[in-house]
Amino acid sequence: MKHFFLASLLTGALALPAAAADYTIMAPAAPGGGWDQTARSLQTALQQEKISNNVQVINVPGAGGTIGIAQFASQQKGNPNALMVGGYVMVGAILTNNSPVTLKDVTPIARLTGEYEAIVVPASSDIKTIGDLVAKLKENPGAVSWGGGSAGGTDHILVGLLAKAAGVDPTKINYIAFSGGGEALAAILGAQVTAGVSSYGEFESQVKAGTLRLLAISSDAKVEGIDAPTLKESGFDVVLQNWRMVAAAPGLTDEQKATVLADVEKLATSKTWQETLKTKGWADTYLAGPAFEEQLAKDVSATEAVLKDIGLVK
Amino acid sequence: MSTFEFLLQGLMSAAQPMNLLYALIGVTLGTAVGVLPGIGPALTVALLLPVTYRLDPTGSLIMFAGIYYGGMYGGSTTSILLNTPGESASIVTALEGNKMARNGRGGPALATAAIGSFVAGLIATLLLAFIAPYIVRLALVFGPREYFALMVLAFVTVSSAFGDSTLRGLTSLFIGLSFSIVGIDQLTGQNRLSFGIPDLLDGIEVTTMAVAMFAIGETLFIAAQGDKGPDKVEAVKGSVWMNAQDWARSWKAWLRGTAIGFPIGAMPAGGAEIGTFLSYATEKRLTKHPEEFGNGAIEGVAGPEAANNASAAGTLVPLLTLGLPTTATAAIMLAGFQQYGLQPGPLLFATNPQLVWGLIASLLIANLMLLVLNLPLVGLWVKLLTIPKPWLYAGILLFATLGTIGANPSVFELGMLLTFGLLGYVMRVFGYPIAPVVVGLILGPLAEQQLRRALAISQGDVTVLFTSPIAAVLLVLAALALVVPLILRARGRGEVLSQMAASED
Repeated sequence: MKHFFLASLLTGALALPAAAADYTIMAPAAPGGGWDQTARSLQTALQQEKISNNVQVINVPGAGGTIGIAQFASQQKGNPNALMVGGYVMVGAILTNNSPVTLKDVTPIARLTGEYEAIVVPASSDIKTIGDLVAKLKENPGAVSWGGGSAGGTDHILVGLLAKAAGVDPTKINYIAFSGGGEALAAILGAQVTAGVSSYGEFESQVKAGTLRLLAISSDAKVEGIDAPTLKESGFDVVLQNWRMVAAAPGLTDEQKATVLADVEKLATSKTWQETLKTKGWADTYLAGPAFEEQLAKDVSATEAVLKDIGLVK
Repeated sequence: MSTFEFLLQGLMSAAQPMNLLYALIGVTLGTAVGVLPGIGPALTVALLLPVTYRLDPTGSLIMFAGIYYGGMYGGSTTSILLNTPGESASIVTALEGNKMARNGRGGPALATAAIGSFVAGLIATLLLAFIAPYIVRLALVFGPREYFALMVLAFVTVSSAFGDSTLRGLTSLFIGLSFSIVGIDQLTGQNRLSFGIPDLLDGIEVTTMAVAMFAIGETLFIAAQGDKGPDKVEAVKGSVWMNAQDWARSWKAWLRGTAIGFPIGAMPAGGAEIGTFLSYATEKRLTKHPEEFGNGAIEGVAGPEAANNASAAGTLVPLLTLGLPTTATAAIMLAGFQQYGLQPGPLLFATNPQLVWGLIASLLIANLMLLVLNLPLVGLWVKLLTIPKPWLYAGILLFATLGTIGANPSVFELGMLLTFGLLGYVMRVFGYPIAPVVVGLILGPLAEQQLRRALAISQGDVTVLFTSPIAAVLLVLAALALVVPLILRARGRGEVLSQMAASED
């Protein structure tokens, strides 16, 4: 009812023609976060490119997206007009929360964008390279405190993967979880923790201003404009991308799935979407269809293994 | 160009007629949506952000600032008139403000909230302009142990400030603390007390609890009394405007609220609500009219409202200087900045001075516009209270429910709303204060996490909690706040204290 009221208010303010809703996109997170921004950018691009006349965004926040995915899988079954935004964080959250609904219960369509993880230390730190940091970690794993986002999230997983690759017992890592990258950033800048882990975008301006030292990045190859080695180059076989995707409802016919896929393909190559990626600073890591499904399965099994190693999943 | 010239330039462009119109539209839309109970400024800004996309950058920034301030003030309006705080920062406003409204002083309550917000917003925005870079350096000194000490101070002052007996206050606080444990543990990712229910994984939503306890509990309480309810609602007693005494009692509270709210808002883990709690406790301690606290003391509205707005400007300090969104609203503002290709961070003041000062100027203009729009409407808003009681409370029940479902469409959330409403009713019947429950729910997880982080970083060494000078000073203050009342009581001045701690609901 109120949604209707707000929607009509917005529509009125934007003077858009009222048409039947073509797509409803669920952002399984609160307004303001990455998934919400992705959903709202999709909404704008789909409408501006006239792929869809009227797109609604709804937020179902909670538990790393597991509340949203559960609701999406049960309520939208067979609905070809329902989309959901999701991402790598969901993979970990489904495992740690022991969620009964998994990504197998929806129809993954395409990966849209992704960010790589960065490892930093405060500029005042005596640690100069990723090698120095790992040497310290090997010496005494507990003495190196890592500041990052929520427990079991992408940041935590990267530290687990790095420890494992360096031959350190992942259960011994001293990971300090903060609520969101922002609060972690303050702790890293204030040198409350030894090192920090987050997506590169969170650190970018601090690195450029010289207040943080960038030690390594989790991409598979050097990224243009980022002056740091990859973990792989430094001798640790770790690649991690915090990606965001769009999924459709379960129980679609092949035809319906193909239609959604075609619409998303049109969107991903459109001018509006490419411009959005640029202004938001999101990398274009578009991957669709069977190739995406294959990559997804790989990510899920690798994540499950590392979460077991850290001791978060039994 | 100097700071002052940039600001002046920003103000000049913001003051053009077309931009003033955008500010007015923004404030109107923000107030209209923010006034729906249960919808706080974060949701208001998120819902209305797309409206600004169609304008040129300056116009868009100004409308955005208008929506932001409008949403904040709209939230206070419903807290005062209907006792339904839309977000944690206006919980304290509801305490005294709603009592004032029911005593026929809704006009002055709304006015002191609006003018207090304006004064605090003005001072805090100017502070933001001139001292942001210095404040942020100070804020970074605050690590987990310092935050923990701050929480201890807040617990002590809050439990002695709310309720007529410390024991009852503490009981309520601990009820809140137990609810705060529910959900995924931030530091280990393990579930606690969620009983396999996915909706409980993220813990109990503060606004659901607050709306349930205040609005639903209150409605049940009134309904249970039937016709013999003692507090007849009088919409207007005396003037709708603030009288000389109101002004005299408000202005110091505004300034104190600003002084408390701004620095706490500027701290990366501060948040707006802690400032409002501390401001309320301060006003209660300093007032010359302790008997009015709990029955509608104007300082109890003026101080926390000023603190709320000052800390909102304060949250812009870490946002603009570090790129740190510290509240939900700030996170959405960050999204707002990105549409202008603006990346908040340490380089922002150097690389994009025009836009930053444009934003600051917009905030000042929007703040003024809010006052222009809302002061004349005060008379209209208080008319809401003349609605017959059964209709009014039915309406409150309806809007509280709609607001909760709107923010989180789930049957379980609705169940929680009703359950906590019943809890609020029972606590009212047995004379336990409501506010500490909500305070416990908000501050509990913060205190726990900061303590555990501090201990994890020190690898279990407890002495770190006392070895930082800032933490030590805060803990000593907390100890004094606990011990001094006990000494006063022992010396036979207990009566004064129990009077000071008159019941608040």
